[in-house]
Amino acid sequence: MAVVERPPVIGPGHDFETVSKAISEIVLTRKTPLGWVFGFLMAFTFMMIFLMTATYLFLKGVGIWGINIPVAWGFAIVNFVWWIGIGHAGTLISAILLLLHQKWRMSISRFAEAMTLFAVACAGMFPLLHMGRPWLFYWMFPYPNTMTVWPQFRSPLVWDVFAVSTYATVSLVFWYVGLIPDVATLRDRAKSPFARKAFGILSLGWRGSARHWFRYETASLLLAGLATPLVVSVHTVVSFDFAVAIVPGWHTTIFPPYFVAGAIYSGFAMVLTLAIPLRAAYRLEDFVTMWHLDVMAKVMLTTGLILAYGYGCEVFYAWYSADTFERYMMWNRMFGPYAVAYWALIATNIVIPQLLWFKKVRTNVPLLFFVSLVVNTGMWLERYVIVITSLHRDFLVSSWGRYAPTVWDWATFTGTIGLFLTLFFLFIRFLPMISIVEMRTLLPQAGVKGKEAH
Amino acid sequence: MSADHTLDLASIRERLGASRGREYWRSLEELTDNKGFQEILHREFPSRASEWLDPLGRRTFLKLMGASLALAGVTACTKQPEELIVPYVTQPQEIVLGKPLYFATAMTLGGVSTGLLIKSNEGRPTKVEGNVLHPESLGSTSVYAQGSVLSLYDPDRAQSITELGQTSTWTAFVGAMQTILVNKKTTKGAGLRFLSETVGSPSLAAQFRELLQEYPAAKWHQYEQTGREPARAAARMAFGRDVDTQYRFDRADVVLSLDADFLDCGPGTLRYVRDFSARRRVTGPDSTMNRLYVAESSLTNTGSMADHRWALRPSQVAVFAAAVAAALGVKGVTVPAGLDAATQGHVAAVVKDLQQHTGKSVVIAGAQQPPAVHVLAHAMNAALGNVGTTVVYTDPVEANPVDQVESLRELVADMQAGKVDLLVIVGGNPVYTAPADVPFAAAMARVALRVHLASHFNETSAHCQWHVPETHYLEAWSDGRAYDGTISVAQPLIAPLYEGKSAHDLLAAFSSEPSRTGYQVVREYWKQQFASGAVKPASPAEAAAVQQLAGTDGESAFNLFWRKALNDGVMPNTALPPVDVTLSGAMPAIPPAASGGMEIVFRFDPTIYDGRYANNGWLQELPKPITRLTWDNAVLISPATAERLGIGARYAYQGGEHGQQLVDMAELTFEGRTLKAPVSITPGMPDNCAMVTLGYGRTRCGKVGDGTGVDANRIRTAAALWSGAGLQMKKVDGEFHLATVGAHYNMEGRGFVQVSTLDEFRKHPNFVEEAVETPAADDTLYPPDHLYTGYAWGMSIDLNACVGCNACVIACQAENNIPVVGKDQVMAGREMHWIRVDRYFEGPLDNPVVYSQPVPCQQCENAPCELVCPVGATVHSSEGLNDMVYNRCVGTRYCSNNCPYKVRRFNFLLYQDWNTASLKFVRNPDVTVRSRGVMEKCTYCVQRIQEAKIESEKQNRKVKDGEILTACQAVCPADVIVFGDINDPNSRVSKLKAQTRNYGLLADLNTRPRTTYLALLKNPNPEIAPATAVNS
Repeated sequence: MAVVERPPVIGPGHDFETVSKAISEIVLTRKTPLGWVFGFLMAFTFMMIFLMTATYLFLKGVGIWGINIPVAWGFAIVNFVWWIGIGHAGTLISAILLLLHQKWRMSISRFAEAMTLFAVACAGMFPLLHMGRPWLFYWMFPYPNTMTVWPQFRSPLVWDVFAVSTYATVSLVFWYVGLIPDVATLRDRAKSPFARKAFGILSLGWRGSARHWFRYETASLLLAGLATPLVVSVHTVVSFDFAVAIVPGWHTTIFPPYFVAGAIYSGFAMVLTLAIPLRAAYRLEDFVTMWHLDVMAKVMLTTGLILAYGYGCEVFYAWYSADTFERYMMWNRMFGPYAVAYWALIATNIVIPQLLWFKKVRTNVPLLFFVSLVVNTGMWLERYVIVITSLHRDFLVSSWGRYAPTVWDWATFTGTIGLFLTLFFLFIRFLPMISIVEMRTLLPQAGVKGKEAH
Repeated sequence: MSADHTLDLASIRERLGASRGREYWRSLEELTDNKGFQEILHREFPSRASEWLDPLGRRTFLKLMGASLALAGVTACTKQPEELIVPYVTQPQEIVLGKPLYFATAMTLGGVSTGLLIKSNEGRPTKVEGNVLHPESLGSTSVYAQGSVLSLYDPDRAQSITELGQTSTWTAFVGAMQTILVNKKTTKGAGLRFLSETVGSPSLAAQFRELLQEYPAAKWHQYEQTGREPARAAARMAFGRDVDTQYRFDRADVVLSLDADFLDCGPGTLRYVRDFSARRRVTGPDSTMNRLYVAESSLTNTGSMADHRWALRPSQVAVFAAAVAAALGVKGVTVPAGLDAATQGHVAAVVKDLQQHTGKSVVIAGAQQPPAVHVLAHAMNAALGNVGTTVVYTDPVEANPVDQVESLRELVADMQAGKVDLLVIVGGNPVYTAPADVPFAAAMARVALRVHLASHFNETSAHCQWHVPETHYLEAWSDGRAYDGTISVAQPLIAPLYEGKSAHDLLAAFSSEPSRTGYQVVREYWKQQFASGAVKPASPAEAAAVQQLAGTDGESAFNLFWRKALNDGVMPNTALPPVDVTLSGAMPAIPPAASGGMEIVFRFDPTIYDGRYANNGWLQELPKPITRLTWDNAVLISPATAERLGIGARYAYQGGEHGQQLVDMAELTFEGRTLKAPVSITPGMPDNCAMVTLGYGRTRCGKVGDGTGVDANRIRTAAALWSGAGLQMKKVDGEFHLATVGAHYNMEGRGFVQVSTLDEFRKHPNFVEEAVETPAADDTLYPPDHLYTGYAWGMSIDLNACVGCNACVIACQAENNIPVVGKDQVMAGREMHWIRVDRYFEGPLDNPVVYSQPVPCQQCENAPCELVCPVGATVHSSEGLNDMVYNRCVGTRYCSNNCPYKVRRFNFLLYQDWNTASLKFVRNPDVTVRSRGVMEKCTYCVQRIQEAKIESEKQNRKVKDGEILTACQAVCPADVIVFGDINDPNSRVSKLKAQTRNYGLLADLNTRPRTTYLALLKNPNPEIAPATAVNS
């Protein structure tokens, strides 16, 4: 019987010590790499732009953006959905692939989870910034009050509040639980007393006893089980924001699966976007191997095809519904004032990623990096097309209008990218970006021990 | 705020309160002279204003800094100033706090007054309603009247008397004038000139006459753009005397309009709209409709109501008139060349139709036509036997009809000749409005002393030494005559906010009794008239009571009459009687239509009129009918002409169709003068014809209006006041941003306006039902959410009667404290009107059919907005309203996205002006003032519903049908909007909704709107090819 040998998911010649050293040294080194400093300052600059924009926004109101009637939702919602989508890959990689025993996920799961958290943090900003009266954001939560007023549970926005906050909480806990043994390793290897103290507190007294390991494994499994439905539910609920509305172009049942596929698509694209420079900068090619990149590219290709199917369905149903408004919406998307965005979306999300059929492309790191950036752009465009082109020409032609982002829209958007990157830079500097523990289990030695020790 | 502030308020209230013992108008009169009140106003506002308006104040800076540091902290929102409420110490008898009072008064525009009923909240006029007893208003008002209340509180009004820019006093002014007049006495007033606007006020005219008696060498000139100049000249040509023509559209089956926009401007418009639309009310297949033919030189509301419309250049309209007149058998008419064959071919059918309705037709000519065409119209009406039935001639309403352009020219000639040394300009803005070839401003420089009375320090004021702030009509006593001559006394609602003086006061200052007040002048004038028997009570009982008193006490008898007249707002039976006139002289020759070259048409602006409302934000932001343009005027040309001139337009990405158009600029050269102006391409304009409205391009009207639009007066000459041939137009470099709301013309075949013809309707009375799919009410799995067991409010809008005048839009704005957002925000697509009049074009581009559709909130029973709001800020009431809970709204804007009608409006920024003190007074205290970040929309004037419900519950009865009038309904002259309880099968609205023409907008979405429409019917002449008829 021919057995298809999987290529190794870790480079040759490693043992426990080299793995621990390679990963922990990135954090524990006293010399901060110049590249990091430069990158961090860049990201921090954009984060400051974000803070300034948010300040001005709170002072003046959402009118500083380009939104209007009929396009009452603009960049804020586009960015919210985009970031939430990006946030999907982390949990998918850690939870679903954990349950499916996909060992290759181990080397990318940690920073993918971190990416998820930071993306959700960015996403979580937008509903708040987006509100007309953000200081009353807590009215969205069901809290006991003297007026006995509750949120309106029929509104998808309330579902969003629950979906996103649950997702954020579970993702955070999952990520942190996974970090505990590694933080303990750092605590043990750290030389500076401050680092020892800090990592000591964070490691929650981890001593590596069998009981600890047992509980750790159980917790991981349970959290993975909890997180798995969330991967599907969050973007399903986000898609309800649109699908529940009667706006042509939004009101469609295909949105939940198509949004989830899109989310995974964009999430993997973002993982690649982050992983490729990271493995080069920190010489992690042994841990994030070509095979990893290849697998992730394949996931992208698959989800991209699902998405293409979704786009096709939208067009088909617009025609098949025989509904004036639906048909016009589709025609307007393709040939109206925002046709450029639509065709750019088709090019970036569907046409260009077809390159991933070719192994040569999947193994060509710069080209793969380029494709991942293209997909990130494409997924952003997808949300732009859905939000703007559906709203700007709906039922009554008298209320047709247009939307153009202002400088403040762009500042908010790029500002959250700055926030995301700032957090990410801090993460790679101060926490192990690859799971040391899990990488150890990938070593041949770990396998031998498992089978033949007793 | 500070203790001072509280004290001031209290003292105002005390002053106002203490003087409320007697009749309201008396107390106001006393307040007028109360210096203390004005001083308080003066002291209070600037201090507040300065604190808030200083952009770089320390507090603002600290606020910004603090907020930045705290990441814009959750509190960096709109802080509303703390204010104390102080009760009356002594409650005035007739004032119940929170309960408004209504007073009748009248507003004069172009020398013709319209009766109004003004709502007064605790002494502040807040809302204008029509006076149902007034023959023109009958309860409705124009957009100008609605907007006028904002002008009262305009912070840019002139606030004190100035001499050479230095603040002065009334006493000093009167002293200065009297000193000069001492010398004038000896010269009998030589060199003294008065220039007023059209005077319709009998008492003011009497004052002028008295002055002229005193100073026989002085002269009284009148100049104002009235639009009645050709009609005035025609009356003299045709009848040898001044007469006014009134039309009885309620009796007319067929109407031919020769460039007359009688449904949008001019004296009697409100009544004409009411009468005309009453004849278009269809209840069933056996109803009849009138038929309207319009030949016009620009697309107007009247044209949009036409059953057949011809877009003709002004000179072609004249030829058309001649052709119709000749075919009607008017003697001495020769038909010149200039009509295209198609139009020529229609003449016979029109004539036949008119002849079949002798005595029941109207031919009406408009301002854009020369006097000759008006004469032809008189002749045609005579030939059709309409005189005395549908067309009535009366003595002129104006107190002293003169050829005003000639009057102005004469004055300018005198000034240039150095014959004038004291020029008193009583109201108006002649420097701005004078025709370009009458060098009024230049000639003024030769006058030694110039005095100007005006509400604002305007273009003319800048040329005068003395400026006296003019009172608003709600601040002063006066009187006036309606289009039919009915007399109204205008009583003030509030003491002058600033040191305002009325024209009566000003003229008194030049008389031998300079201290006479407007009140004395007006009252004494009518006392005399009463004594002479010129006016008398209407009802026999009243007459008897007066008679009884008259024997003993003349004063009391007059008081009885006077109070009744003030209370009613009209003096009974004072309409001018018809006069017999005979056409004399030969018919004037009509020149052939100008061939080659372009023609130009000037019109009043449909929102800011002749520029007097240029500083009125409500009116500036009110979309103009047809073009939907706000904040600017533009030159309107047809698409074909635009193509020929290479002029184009496109939508900006910011705002787009719902806000911003980028248009090309053109240079217009007319009579040697040039004007650079933005061009708006408008279907339905005749080719080679440009229309531009007056009133824009003002330089000194205030913060709101300065710098808006272009000044068409610069190329307007005395010979071509309203239209002229020989225009040259060419495209020039540059692009202009026009703020147009809802510029998309095409209905995209979506059937928002259901249209048919009367004949088709008779054959298929159920055509609407077949065209509009309405899901059945029980077509759902779920039990109904609401049972509506009490009232169920609904609204019916009759598209057949709507003329698209926009009065509903501005009435709603006034009633509901809707903010003005400014041109930039309109361009961003963020105007705030709760009701809008959608405009659609159908048919050929060169002469489309225009539909107007008022769209307020549809109050859906299955409201898409309600279920998407995360905080329940928009909820369904048990009476079927979609209530907005402004306090609860957090501003996610999801409701607006999900509203298929897009009737929701969002406060994207802080649009309400919290800072300008005077603007606080205009707000309706019964309606929440929304701050930024809050969604708002029409609620069927829920405050009026509640008021009526409370009243009915006090009397233990149900609300009567017609007891609640929404603001849009009340103002509508065409009675298009009907509101009421649809649970009551006998209510008017229920009956209208039971008609077969009834349909819901986008009803197939199963929103179940409570607002429904009655389909539009046209009544085309079957003998005219459908090219100009409706495409049904």
